[in-house]
Amino acid sequence: MLKTALNMPFQDNVSKQQPLPIIIHNRGVLLWILSKTLFISARWPLPYAKLHLYFPRKTARIYTINFNKSERRTAFPSCDFQKFLYLRHKIMKEIHVDKITDTVARLCIEACYNVGDDVKALLQKARQCETSPQGKNILDQLLENLRLAHELKLPICQDTGMAVVFLEIGQDVHIVGGDLYEAVHEGVRRGYTDGYLRKSVLSPITRINTGDNTPAVIHAEIVPGDKLKITVAPKGFGSENMSQLKMLKPSDGLEGIKKFILQTVIDAGGNPCPPIIVGVGIGGTMEKAAYMAKKALLRPASTHNPDPLVAQLEEEMLQAINNTGIGPQGLGGTVTALAVHIETYPTHIAGLPVAVNIQCHAARHSQAVL
Amino acid sequence: MKTKKILHAPVIYEELNSLKAGDTIYLRGSIITARDAAHKRIFQLLQEGKPLPIELKDQVIYYAGPCPARPGLIIGSCGPTTSSRMDVYTPLLLEYGLKAMIGKGPRSAQVIESMIKHGAVYLAAVGGAGALIASCIKKVEIVAFEDLGPEAIYRMEVEDMPLVVAIDAKGNNLYEIGPRQFARI
Repeated sequence: MLKTALNMPFQDNVSKQQPLPIIIHNRGVLLWILSKTLFISARWPLPYAKLHLYFPRKTARIYTINFNKSERRTAFPSCDFQKFLYLRHKIMKEIHVDKITDTVARLCIEACYNVGDDVKALLQKARQCETSPQGKNILDQLLENLRLAHELKLPICQDTGMAVVFLEIGQDVHIVGGDLYEAVHEGVRRGYTDGYLRKSVLSPITRINTGDNTPAVIHAEIVPGDKLKITVAPKGFGSENMSQLKMLKPSDGLEGIKKFILQTVIDAGGNPCPPIIVGVGIGGTMEKAAYMAKKALLRPASTHNPDPLVAQLEEEMLQAINNTGIGPQGLGGTVTALAVHIETYPTHIAGLPVAVNIQCHAARHSQAVL
Repeated sequence: MKTKKILHAPVIYEELNSLKAGDTIYLRGSIITARDAAHKRIFQLLQEGKPLPIELKDQVIYYAGPCPARPGLIIGSCGPTTSSRMDVYTPLLLEYGLKAMIGKGPRSAQVIESMIKHGAVYLAAVGGAGALIASCIKKVEIVAFEDLGPEAIYRMEVEDMPLVVAIDAKGNNLYEIGPRQFARI
């Protein structure tokens, strides 16, 4: 059994880098395999550096035998079994890239066809608060649009955006079967094609459309645990275009931050399809501020930053933005923003980066945990 | 109170001239779509004095790029895109007889000036209401620049498409009047 398994790569041309999976049904088989691998590897170079032993009854557990070349040379003559062949007991979860592709495809479609209950509730609340007749009419149309999108199975907005994909990869997760980023792009390609979503991505230089809405913008973070969290946030460019970043001076202080946020919203006016959600990143470096601003938009709408000082700033900015009178679609009214989400990070003594990422009312994002 | 009116496309001058900023209107008839890339091509053709694949006189242009249609439907979601990106091309199109534009968001001073000169109006559709507007579209065909994909020029028959007159032919601009009325600062 083992011999055939070891011959496999030569027949099937499987990469030598891939661990060879062997299913173990009981302890006897395990011992038999260990003795055989010991015997074979002592005489011939192994086609694999690693063997993965799967226990069907404990699917989460994978035992890996590691054949370390340098250790093999020195360790075997002294018969130091522990050093020569060590059985690592790992609780490492494996996720196949095909599963990631399927999930991304599903999330792309889900996000574009449904807006979250959080945003829907805020739109309904906005309809009650709005005093402008034109504004009320517009908010009615937006609520009707959500209903129709569901009923007719249409994307809520034709700008189904550029797919921004956030990956939170648990440090105990092992991704197998191929290239993770390629798997995400493939998911976007499939989701946008199968879901009848608009292909809006093109070369910035030639302006020639890639035809399948790829590539996605991928942000990956390594986090503790053995889960993979995927969030797909299709970002329309009516609102993305109105976003701004500024490297303020330390002397500008909190007043400068408030002024910049408000001015960005005023400059945007009716362009980003108000009522909007405003994502703000304060501190860090240039790209950290922009990343925080984008990530702030993933929060359930209208939840506050856990820091009471920042939460207070969010409330104050929401008030100030709604006092501008821009209103729904910029045609005048009392509801310009549905929520302001602020994230902060320590920054340098010489700087004060502030990024404002504007999100239209179609605040779409879907997530899944694998 | 604001009056509800019907506007036909291609435009009828009497109807057009009676529109005032802030009016809610329902559009009926035949319109053409064009957004960034199509505008760039039309602009180049006009500058080079070459013939256009579409007629501009008395037409209504809708700034939009729809989603592909799923089987059984004639079109996917089809809401307006931001009009200000078309501002550089618009005055020349108005010179060639364009009479109404549908989009979202404010326009530049040059566009408004040109609109007053040529008696054109700017109509706002609700940005993000792609499904709602798609339900008003009864017929669709691609008439030019098919290679541009979602940016191709489509001819659409619409029925009672809900719009707001954002800038009328006299230059009254709801994007200025509206917010000023509700500002509390």
